[in-house]
Amino acid sequence: MKVPIIECDQLSVDLGGVKVLDGLTFMVCEGDFLGLVGPNGGGKTTLLRVILGLERFYAGRVSVFGGPPGSSPGRIGYVPQRLFFDRDFPISVRDLVLMGRLSKKKLFHHFDHLDREKVDEVMHTAGLERLIERRIGDLSGGELQRALIARALAGEPELLLLDEPTASIDPQMKTTIYDLIEQLKERLTIVLVTHDTALINRYVTKIATLNVTLDLHEPGSTSCSESLTKPLLQNPAFLNH
Amino acid sequence: MLQELFAFEFMRNALVAALLSSVACGIIGTYVVVKKIGFISGGIAHTAFGGIGLAYYLGINPLFGIIPFSLAAALAIGMLTKKAKVAEDTAIGTFWAVGMAIGVICIGLKPGYAPDLFSYLFGNILTVPSVDLWMIMLLDLLIIAVVWLLSKEFLAISFDEEYAEVSGLKTTALYLLMLCLIALTVVVMVRVVGIVMVIALLTIPAAIARMFSRSLPGMMILAVALSAVFSICGLWFSSLLDIASGATIIIVAGFSFFLVHLWRFFSTFLKVR
Repeated sequence: MKVPIIECDQLSVDLGGVKVLDGLTFMVCEGDFLGLVGPNGGGKTTLLRVILGLERFYAGRVSVFGGPPGSSPGRIGYVPQRLFFDRDFPISVRDLVLMGRLSKKKLFHHFDHLDREKVDEVMHTAGLERLIERRIGDLSGGELQRALIARALAGEPELLLLDEPTASIDPQMKTTIYDLIEQLKERLTIVLVTHDTALINRYVTKIATLNVTLDLHEPGSTSCSESLTKPLLQNPAFLNH
Repeated sequence: MLQELFAFEFMRNALVAALLSSVACGIIGTYVVVKKIGFISGGIAHTAFGGIGLAYYLGINPLFGIIPFSLAAALAIGMLTKKAKVAEDTAIGTFWAVGMAIGVICIGLKPGYAPDLFSYLFGNILTVPSVDLWMIMLLDLLIIAVVWLLSKEFLAISFDEEYAEVSGLKTTALYLLMLCLIALTVVVMVRVVGIVMVIALLTIPAAIARMFSRSLPGMMILAVALSAVFSICGLWFSSLLDIASGATIIIVAGFSFFLVHLWRFFSTFLKVR
C-alpha cells in the first residue's frame, strides 16, 4: 500500500454555528490526484484550509504527513484563489515566485542564488520565462494563475493543493493550466478544488463531491482504493503514529 | 534665498529633521500603503497624545510619554484584532478617542497654560532641538535594520498574509512588530507634522511612489525622496509666507497627490482616445 499523505477521520468544522464540514473520512495517498467538486459554500475551500492548518476543526482527527495540520509547511505547496490579493501590488513575477521559497528559509536569512536558480527552473516548468521581470498587475489571468502555481512549486513540495485554479479564466487558458497540472501529477500528490467537473474527469485519479459531507467516486481502478473505503480507525497505518 | 534661510541654526535643524524623518516615513509608509493600514497608523498616532499629556503632567520629556503610549497602542490594537476578534475599526476608534481623552484630562489637571501642546498636535519643525535629531537618527537606523533583516517576511505578510502563514511564518508576531515600527515612525513624525497630520506623510509619498514602482525597495526609495522633497518645499513655502510649517508640508504633499492623479487620469484618457 502507498504512503498516506492526508488522513481525515470524522472531521467536522463549524463556522459561526453553521456546520460546514460534517463527518469527513477519507485518505489521500502518495501519488493520488484527487479532484474535489461541489457547490459554492459546500466547504471545499474550508477543507483545504483545515489541511493547511489555517482553520480549526472541532471534531475528528486530521493528519498531514503524519503530523497535525500546519506542522510541515515545507512539504506542501498551496495555490490560493487568485482573487484574494491586490493586483496593483508593486511586485515582479520573480519576487512573487521567490515567496514560494519562504518555507525553506530561516528568519533573517535573505534569498540567495540557489533560491533564484530554483525560481528560474519552476518558471520554465510553468512556461513563464519571458515574464519573469513583469509586474504581476501586467499579467493576464491565466499567466497570473500559472505564476501562482510556480510559486507553490518553488518550495519543492510533495503535496500540491490547488483552490479553483481555473476560476474566471477563458476556456483555452483552462486547458493549458490543466496540461501543466497533468505534467506535475507524475511527481506530486495533488488535491484540486474545481467547478470544471466535465474537464477534470480526464485528469484525476479520484473525484470527491463535497457538500458538507463527502462522497467519494473512483473512476477506474486506483492503487489506494482499499484504504479509502475502509474506516480509517481499522487502518493500521493510521494508528501507528 | 535658500542660503539666507539656512543661515539660522533652527532652520538647519528643521532641514535635518525633515530629511531624517523622511527616511522613516518613506520606508514604513510603504508598508502602510501596500498593507492598507493607514487607519491603524492614525489610531496609534492619536493614542500617543495620551502619552504627551501624561508626560506634561509629570513634567518629563514628552518623548518618554509618546514612545510607550504609541507602542502600547500598536500592540493592543494589533492583538485585539488578531486574537480577540474585535472588529479592527472598533479597536482603532476606541484607542484613538481614549488616548486623546487621557491627554486632555492630564493637561487639565496641571495648572497653568500648556504652550507646547499645540506643536505636538500640529507639529513645529522649527523648534526641534539638537537632542531630538540624534534620537530621530537612532530610530531611523533601528527601522532600517529591522526592515533589512525581515525584508522577505514583511513582504510576505504585506502581500499575502495567508500564504505567509502557510509557509510557516509567525504572521501575528511579524504584524505586531510592523505595527511597533509604525509607532516609532509616529514618534519621529510628531515633531515634524504633529499627531493629527502624521497619517498624511505616512501615506501620500508612498501612495505616489507606488504608481511608479515595480518592487517594494524601489517604492521605499522613491517614497523617501518624495517625502524629503515635500518636507523641504513645505518648509520653504512656510517661511516665505510665514505660515505653519507642518500644515504647509501636508498641503504640498496633498496637492502633489492630486496633481499626479489628475495627470494620470488625463494621460489614460488621451490614450484611450
